[in-house]
Amino acid sequence: MSVIITFIQKAIVQGICMLFGADGEILTEKSGNLNLGVPGMMYMGGIGGLMAAFFYEKSTDHPNAFAGMVLSFLAAFCLAALGALIYSILTITLRANQNVAGLALTTFGTGLGNFFGGSLSALSGGAGQISVKVIGSAYQAKIPVLSEIPVIGDIFFSYGFLTYFAIIISLAMAFFLKRTRWGLNLNAVGEDPATADAAGINVTLYKYLATVIGGGIAGLGGLYFVMEYTGGTWSNNGFGDRGWLAVALVIFALWNPINAIWGSILFGGLYIIYLYIPGLGRSAQEVFKMLPYLVTIIVLIITSLRKKREHQPPQSLGLAYFREER
Amino acid sequence: MNSGVKEPLVHMTKREDMSLVMKMAVRIIAILLSLLVCAIFIYGIVKMNPVQVYEGIIDGAVGTERRMWITIRDAMILLCVAVAVTPAFRMRFWNIGAEGQILLGCIASAALMIYEGESLPLPLLLLLMFVCSFLAGMIWGIIPAVFKAIWNTNETLFTLMLNYVAMQLVTFCIVFWENPKGSNTVGIINAASRAGWLPPLFGLDYGWNLVIVLGLTAFVYIYMKRTKHGYELTVVGESVNTAKYVGINVPKVIIRTVGLSGGIAGIAGFLLVSGSSHTISTSTAGGRGFTAIIVSWLAKFNVWVMAVIAFLLVFMEKGSSQIATQFGLNENASDVIVGIILFFVIGCEFFINYKLEFRGRHQEER
Repeated sequence: MSVIITFIQKAIVQGICMLFGADGEILTEKSGNLNLGVPGMMYMGGIGGLMAAFFYEKSTDHPNAFAGMVLSFLAAFCLAALGALIYSILTITLRANQNVAGLALTTFGTGLGNFFGGSLSALSGGAGQISVKVIGSAYQAKIPVLSEIPVIGDIFFSYGFLTYFAIIISLAMAFFLKRTRWGLNLNAVGEDPATADAAGINVTLYKYLATVIGGGIAGLGGLYFVMEYTGGTWSNNGFGDRGWLAVALVIFALWNPINAIWGSILFGGLYIIYLYIPGLGRSAQEVFKMLPYLVTIIVLIITSLRKKREHQPPQSLGLAYFREER
Repeated sequence: MNSGVKEPLVHMTKREDMSLVMKMAVRIIAILLSLLVCAIFIYGIVKMNPVQVYEGIIDGAVGTERRMWITIRDAMILLCVAVAVTPAFRMRFWNIGAEGQILLGCIASAALMIYEGESLPLPLLLLLMFVCSFLAGMIWGIIPAVFKAIWNTNETLFTLMLNYVAMQLVTFCIVFWENPKGSNTVGIINAASRAGWLPPLFGLDYGWNLVIVLGLTAFVYIYMKRTKHGYELTVVGESVNTAKYVGINVPKVIIRTVGLSGGIAGIAGFLLVSGSSHTISTSTAGGRGFTAIIVSWLAKFNVWVMAVIAFLLVFMEKGSSQIATQFGLNENASDVIVGIILFFVIGCEFFINYKLEFRGRHQEER
């Protein structure tokens, strides 16, 4: 029993990173932009949050955990949003190819994260790895009282605040996309920008906002990893391929943030299931680690076979919109 | 004009009349601007005089004969991958799975080196490795191509996922090949016997790499420009409906082209294992599959321009990681530098394709 509880806990912990990334990318893709810079933006978010926390902890003798959290949260969001802004300028204003701009952003962001993460202590004159214990443990703080309830407390209340924030964002985004005027306008922009433009929707503004805010949300996935998962340290490339899994999760969730919630937990579970199956040899473990990708491929194939309209990507996904060329 | 309607400040129009000299000028200005930003970035971090920064970069990339050859070797491999993705690209098939196709080529080469290294004579072994790497990469390309051709499955995401399946295949193989046991790395394969290593050519360590990549580049150039296959894939890329109308078997062309693409990427894997690193790990491909896409797109399918861009990128990468090492910083600085250059070069295409007319000047013309 306790093994199952630990497995569920760990699956959720793994999944939340991807959930942030997927939520950000769903918002972005709803505007018709396929941003393959998600891994880069997640690295940027992670390093942004970590650097803010690091310099804050260094600047005072008695760092206030709450102030540090606010600072690092804002820094993570803003740095990742800045990455998305570069992407937006390139693809929306300068009409560059989206795949190419996204991949360049991934190169840049991953490099930026690893560079500062690996060099921060050398740059500030210290040695060894940096760590921000005070703020890191503040992010890890569980809900008091509730988390002490056996089983239920372990499964539902034993996480830091970013976990609940991720779920709130998903729910809010589902509401926003389906039930608000702005959300419906955004859908229209992603499906058919020319029609949306004719209806008086400011296509450029919607695309910019959705992409930049989406990038910021994706960046929180990096913050989550750095703070709650590793407790405020950096290891180069430690983030691994979770950024691409977030892109995969968007497909798996069929562009629906609610599906992304349970999808992320499933992906998290698949990501670590090899540790929980007894008697697996090392080679068999490596085969099990393929599961999240294989599942995504199968979902891709099935959705392309069934061709249900509500399960398809936004119609103009990947295409730039030029008013003069419609 | 109705005075109530506000004319926008900047007005964009498409242009197709830019001369080649002007196009080159725009690109060179973009590269110079990006180098300026890179210098500011490096200066901001290590407080090094920007002139010295560039001296350092040149020294790091081509300062010694050995460094120069390593730069050439890596530029050749990047060129090989860029050339590989080009035919698929021309067909508007977004193959971002070159990374995985390279790794499959690596696996095929490494497997032959390990299992047949002692038994086969070197020329036969090398030939077999070459062919098997091609086939392995080809299979990895054909899988998503079949689904794209028949069910129109999204190829961007399919090939992306296959990259990670390929990485897991590599770690799977490493479990069996690790040397020494328990290290979880393969180490240098056949370090003593050098079986399966590409030998020096004309006294040059990387002579074969040069010959193979330039040969493949010329092949793809001719294939795209002068053959029926090349014509067919261009038509499919321009318009699938036109292709169907003129009687081209679209699924067949898709599968054939992507198979070729994957195969050439597999050969890049062969060059990595046999011709440069002599080992295999999940990072052997090192993001080249992604960078190559950008190289190919920037060169507008012109393989010779790709050679120039590949060289420039590897040059900056090697140079900036040299500076980073010098200051005890980590080598990921080079990714930041390459990223900055890419942003500028990608952005500058706009000024080649579009003309800006400002409000003030526009009115004077009337």
